[in-house]
Amino acid sequence: MTGTRIPAIGLIDRGQKLSFRWQGETLTGFAGDTLASALLANGVRVVGRSFKYHRPRGIFAAGAEEPNAILDVWHNSQNDPNARATLVPLQDGMSARAISGWPSLNFDAFQGLDLLHRFLPAGFYYKTFMAPDWHRYEPNIRRMAGLGTAQKTPDTRHYETRHAQVDVLVIGAGPAGLAAARAAAAGGRSVMLVDENPQFGGSLLWGDATINGQIGTAWARDTTASLAASGAQLLPNTTAFAYYDQNTIGLMEHRSHAASGWAEDRLWSVLAAEVVLATGAIERPLVFPNNDRPGVMLASAVLRYLRQYGVLVGKSVVLTTNNDSAYETATALLAAGGQVAVADVRAEPGPVANAAQAAGARVYAGSVVLNTGGLGGIAWADIGPADATSQRNATSRIGCDIVASSGGWTPVVHLFSQSGGKLRWDETLSAFLPNTGRQAHQLAGSMAGWQSLAECLASGHKAGGSHGEAPVTAIARLPTPLQPYWHVPITGARQWLDLQNDVTVKDVGLAARENFQSVEHLKRYTTLGMATDQGKTSNVNGLAVMAELTGRTIPETGTTTFRMPYTPVSLGAMAGMRHGDLYAPKRQLPAQSEHDAAGALMREYGGWMRPACYPLPGETEAQAVQREARLVRTNGGLFDGSSLGKIEVFGADAAKFLNLIYYNEVANLKPGRLRYVLLLRETGIIYDDGVIARVAEDRYLLSPSSSHTAGVLAMLELWHQTEYPSMDVAFHDVTAAWATIAICGPRVRDILATLATDIDLSDAALPHMAMAHGRIMGIQARVARVSFTGERSYEISVTAGHGAALWRHLLAQGPTPYGIESLSILRGEKGYILIGTDTDGLTMPDDLGMSGPLRAKKVDFVGKRSLTTPDGARPDRRQFVGLLPEQPGFVPMVGTHAITDGPTRRSLGWITTAAHSPTLGRSFALGMIEGGRAHMGETVTLFDRGKTSRATICSPVFHDVEGAKLHG
Amino acid sequence: MLNIPCPHCGPRSEYEFQFGGEPATRPIPASEVSDAQWSDYLYARTNIKGRNRELWCHSGGCGQWFLMERDTVTHEIFRTETIGSGTIGA
Amino acid sequence: MTGSMMHYSGWQLVKQGLAGNNGWKPAWRTPDLQRSYDAVVVGGGGHGLAAGYYLAKVHGLKRVAVIERGWIGGGNTGRNTTIVRSNYFFPESAAMYDFALRLYEGLSRELNYNIMLSQRGVLNIAHTEHDMELMCRSVNAMLLNGIDVELLDAKQVIGEVPLLNTSPDARYPIHGGFVQRRGGVARHDAVAWAYARGASDLGVDIIQNCEVKGWIKDGEHVVGVETTLGPISAGVCGMSVAGHSGVLAEMAGFRLPITSYALQAMVSEPLKPILDTVVMSTATGAYVSQSDKGELVFGAGLDMYPSYAQRGNLPVQQNIIAAMLEILPAFRRLKMLRQWAGVVDVCWDYSPIIGPSPAANLYMNCGWGTGGFKATPVGGWLLAHNMATGKHHELSEPFDLARFTSGRLVDEAAGAGIAH
Repeated sequence: MTGTRIPAIGLIDRGQKLSFRWQGETLTGFAGDTLASALLANGVRVVGRSFKYHRPRGIFAAGAEEPNAILDVWHNSQNDPNARATLVPLQDGMSARAISGWPSLNFDAFQGLDLLHRFLPAGFYYKTFMAPDWHRYEPNIRRMAGLGTAQKTPDTRHYETRHAQVDVLVIGAGPAGLAAARAAAAGGRSVMLVDENPQFGGSLLWGDATINGQIGTAWARDTTASLAASGAQLLPNTTAFAYYDQNTIGLMEHRSHAASGWAEDRLWSVLAAEVVLATGAIERPLVFPNNDRPGVMLASAVLRYLRQYGVLVGKSVVLTTNNDSAYETATALLAAGGQVAVADVRAEPGPVANAAQAAGARVYAGSVVLNTGGLGGIAWADIGPADATSQRNATSRIGCDIVASSGGWTPVVHLFSQSGGKLRWDETLSAFLPNTGRQAHQLAGSMAGWQSLAECLASGHKAGGSHGEAPVTAIARLPTPLQPYWHVPITGARQWLDLQNDVTVKDVGLAARENFQSVEHLKRYTTLGMATDQGKTSNVNGLAVMAELTGRTIPETGTTTFRMPYTPVSLGAMAGMRHGDLYAPKRQLPAQSEHDAAGALMREYGGWMRPACYPLPGETEAQAVQREARLVRTNGGLFDGSSLGKIEVFGADAAKFLNLIYYNEVANLKPGRLRYVLLLRETGIIYDDGVIARVAEDRYLLSPSSSHTAGVLAMLELWHQTEYPSMDVAFHDVTAAWATIAICGPRVRDILATLATDIDLSDAALPHMAMAHGRIMGIQARVARVSFTGERSYEISVTAGHGAALWRHLLAQGPTPYGIESLSILRGEKGYILIGTDTDGLTMPDDLGMSGPLRAKKVDFVGKRSLTTPDGARPDRRQFVGLLPEQPGFVPMVGTHAITDGPTRRSLGWITTAAHSPTLGRSFALGMIEGGRAHMGETVTLFDRGKTSRATICSPVFHDVEGAKLHG
Repeated sequence: MLNIPCPHCGPRSEYEFQFGGEPATRPIPASEVSDAQWSDYLYARTNIKGRNRELWCHSGGCGQWFLMERDTVTHEIFRTETIGSGTIGA
Repeated sequence: MTGSMMHYSGWQLVKQGLAGNNGWKPAWRTPDLQRSYDAVVVGGGGHGLAAGYYLAKVHGLKRVAVIERGWIGGGNTGRNTTIVRSNYFFPESAAMYDFALRLYEGLSRELNYNIMLSQRGVLNIAHTEHDMELMCRSVNAMLLNGIDVELLDAKQVIGEVPLLNTSPDARYPIHGGFVQRRGGVARHDAVAWAYARGASDLGVDIIQNCEVKGWIKDGEHVVGVETTLGPISAGVCGMSVAGHSGVLAEMAGFRLPITSYALQAMVSEPLKPILDTVVMSTATGAYVSQSDKGELVFGAGLDMYPSYAQRGNLPVQQNIIAAMLEILPAFRRLKMLRQWAGVVDVCWDYSPIIGPSPAANLYMNCGWGTGGFKATPVGGWLLAHNMATGKHHELSEPFDLARFTSGRLVDEAAGAGIAH
């Protein structure tokens, strides 16, 4: 417990103290802290136990690359079960817990697994747990795995998505990104600048450089202010997580700390004319024995905690490095009163090291850390030659509380790679750098391989278009080259590559030995880089170790594909407002209010909210449906059919065109007359049915099924535009413009008589399957004699706004309002099919007994040729028939099959509609039965989940076979 | 995400469009073609890996079908044109 | 070379552990490529490796090669959501997929490699009475096909998965569902590795980083393959390359009723066990399960347009995530860790094409679309049978390419309204 807050250093607001809880204990931090910096400032060392071996682990990094500090965080009763502490801005009242360690962090019941590590090599589970079978072991393995615990209550927060278009999107607001944004804004372009941190400045926030004579942090602040003043859109706390096609970038704006009570992450989809990638670089650790102890950190993280947060993570620090960058940490620690020893693998560390030595650091050239020790943390580190082959080669043991390392820098090329860019291996930097890009972007700063601040600023300025004065900084002395060094060449001790998934150098060795040598096999077999940090600090090291073990170069060994997201992103925000009723909006009938008033049970049918039935007080749904179906035939019924599609087709070629589209002949239809028609796909399968009306010589009105209207319109447009473009015909979906109320049954003429209308409703003027236009109650209207119940029926359409008034008027005349469920019985009694219920994606017209047009119609209508393929002509196709259950009181479930008798049961087809008919006083069914029409009058066995019954195959028309009631 | 230049409306977001398949030439008269030829028209697709010719519809906009030449690997859009203008090769 | 396979067991782990884990042998050999084989299978995914294994194991072929453009198991085998099930509507499909499931059930032991077959049940949810009727029809079809499924009411479904959106104003209320208890998930990579290990042990040469550039023909007969590693002559050829079937068909001079699309899938960050079954929703097309590692693995519909990019775009990602969250709203507060896409060969009728190709002596196993993983053993089994005997297996006969000429499709989507 040695973390100390150093006075007067850092960008935290010491005037604003924040109280938070860690493992139930109350601690304090400051505004500007991350949860990680606050924990370190309070001396918290162990934050979790490792995934596989249950070893204690501490905070390792200071940014998105953190592998260990994954915590269960609560704030304002909202929970993130896998929060990365280094990216969580500290807030007052926040509560955090470790997600591992049972019964406690310091004593883990499974820590004994660490002693068995040699029996649990990478992929051990593929080699055992097979007898008697995996199910015996799986529940325990599952319990051992997993990180945090997800809450089971629905998340009711509100998420949203925003879209933006900009000239230049700059990703990363470090020195290079700021320089790029500044130049782009000076060039008069619209600029958006995003950074995952709450504050802009990137490495300037923990550097000590001056730019244009200002301290780096001040320059960052002033540049940010001038960008804001110029109208640039600035998005801090925003991660660019994905680079999609055509310069579309996905941004995740984290607003969990926003002052507005609106506490949700927000997704941005940004289309940028140009993207500037200034995404920086992530330090990678040196790999050495026991490099997973709490207190082993990245050198840059130690520096960042000190300079940005004023936290001295240890008083005595051993640094181990292969490059110059760790020396900035060394000198900063010394200046803050720490003690520093540096083990540098380079034989001649060079002038930067000499300067650190002069400032008081002990520098061990040609050396590396060979071991660390301490209870629940670090008490000492052994230093020895970089080429040591045994821990016994250690030359000195140094007491310390932190071991920090730097193995070089890994440019953040994730987005570049996602955009389709190709990478190249740079020997000098020992890093993958962008090579050839594929989209409109500029590269700037350390992600492009620039090392010094001066170069980063210059590359940023250029990437932004070189407008305005370039920012100036002192040129640092040339660094002494990095010496690639991937792990200590000791075989005995464990050296960790992937801290979160507990993958060691030995595991890579095992993968190599077992032929999992492709990088992807390595990843999948060992799980290297598959943890929630996505291998940001481990992938390159693992790749290098595999290259070394297989005698290949790193580029020969390959690199893994970088996939979105750069850091894990909120699922809620990805879905945004596509939730609940906005996921798939429901359509409402124009007379919705009237149905509510009539007590309708509303239900969704094909996207529309429609009355299922209108239960009376005390009535069940089934009772209501029976009553309605009975009364429609004995009294009269009222039905809202407004959802039925209405597509107007007009033009000189309307008749010719529709005749080429529809299965049935429609060109000889007389104006004012209706015809029932089928619409096929080109494959011969029935797509839709409906009634077509010829309004005039050059004008038709189609009535597709409610849920197929958009599809039918699309089909008409496709055929017109691609196959028959020269025809004079146009289409217009007017479904929403009309309300259609159907009235039918014995009393229908009495009810019609109450309508004030100029339309002649007499049978002579308006016979069955005819249509007339005029005015009803002073409103523009049309009336169609068409029936889906088998009763004399009139469909009255008025402009949508008058639908409710028409409904009210008709209802007042005493007909029985009926819903879809009742209609289903009525149309079923008549053997009228319902598309998608009685038919499916296999049904052809002859299956319904409608083979006339195929024989009679000469034109080459859609789907015609497919009806004469061998399968179309197959005699044993399933055909539409009626079925009368042997027990008149038994209603088979829809989906019941008919089967062959005998020992080998085989399906002959299935029931598509079934109900008790109040009119017949018994049950009936419709179905599709193999060769059914040839078996009329025969009985067949029905099968439903093991239970069998019998039914007689019959005509599908059960009621009013002659159709007299249509005219009655 | 694709930013598709509708030949009628100009560039619009992918959200507004609907893919309509590889254009296939309908054999005429259909009644005279063999089952195999009909099957080839109905079902067989070249399914090119690379520069592909496709039918698209600006369904959330002007509602017009058009032809697009697009790379099925990189998703690069080379050009779009109205049907019948005939420069996107058959 | 055969029979030298190291036996995997807990005891072996102890033995090798005590020896510093230095004694483990390669899971599969890296052989020198021969210029001639009795049989060459193009495509080193699960199906191709299984074909190689069964060619040697069942048909006794000695000189077999499986050639792979990249790394074995790197295509759709390693890019799916690991679901296995056989709850299909048509007898032809049910017979085939259940054969696969039965092979899966014995695979860990047969291949001495733990593929972690977890038969935790596959639950399909109905959101309307109409869904329920279609499910009843499917359930009865399956029962008649000998597949063990149960129709559940809403209460039973919620009992299985209490996390489902049971709010009264849910956009998709829970109406019921059906479950196949023998369905579940398996560790996808392990299936490829297990077959590779088994095949290699039987002498099958597995050649990675070997891309096919063309077919070698003698008249109408395919007699070998041109590859980036040179020509290879073959007694018989098979192709099992999923999304790239169209490309290989074009090289052989024919077209297929197949379009290649990207199918995206994603995982959340790992969590403690929270979802014990595989859940699929008819209305939203979403499917989700939790891996043994704790990640929620989910997907939904295809990308909107053909693609050979193993990538996928934002609008479909949003749709997939929204689809999953609509039925499991507690997961809205979680985070997506990884996303990927496989290039799937979607056949017109959503059923595979297995059997001879229009090019003589070349056999196909393709068109599995979004559902190939669950069929891995049977795809390999049937391709091997076709290649070795030159004849259809009774299970593959209905899936011959000729069905597109006769019109006798096996349209599962149409038959049962089930998303694949």
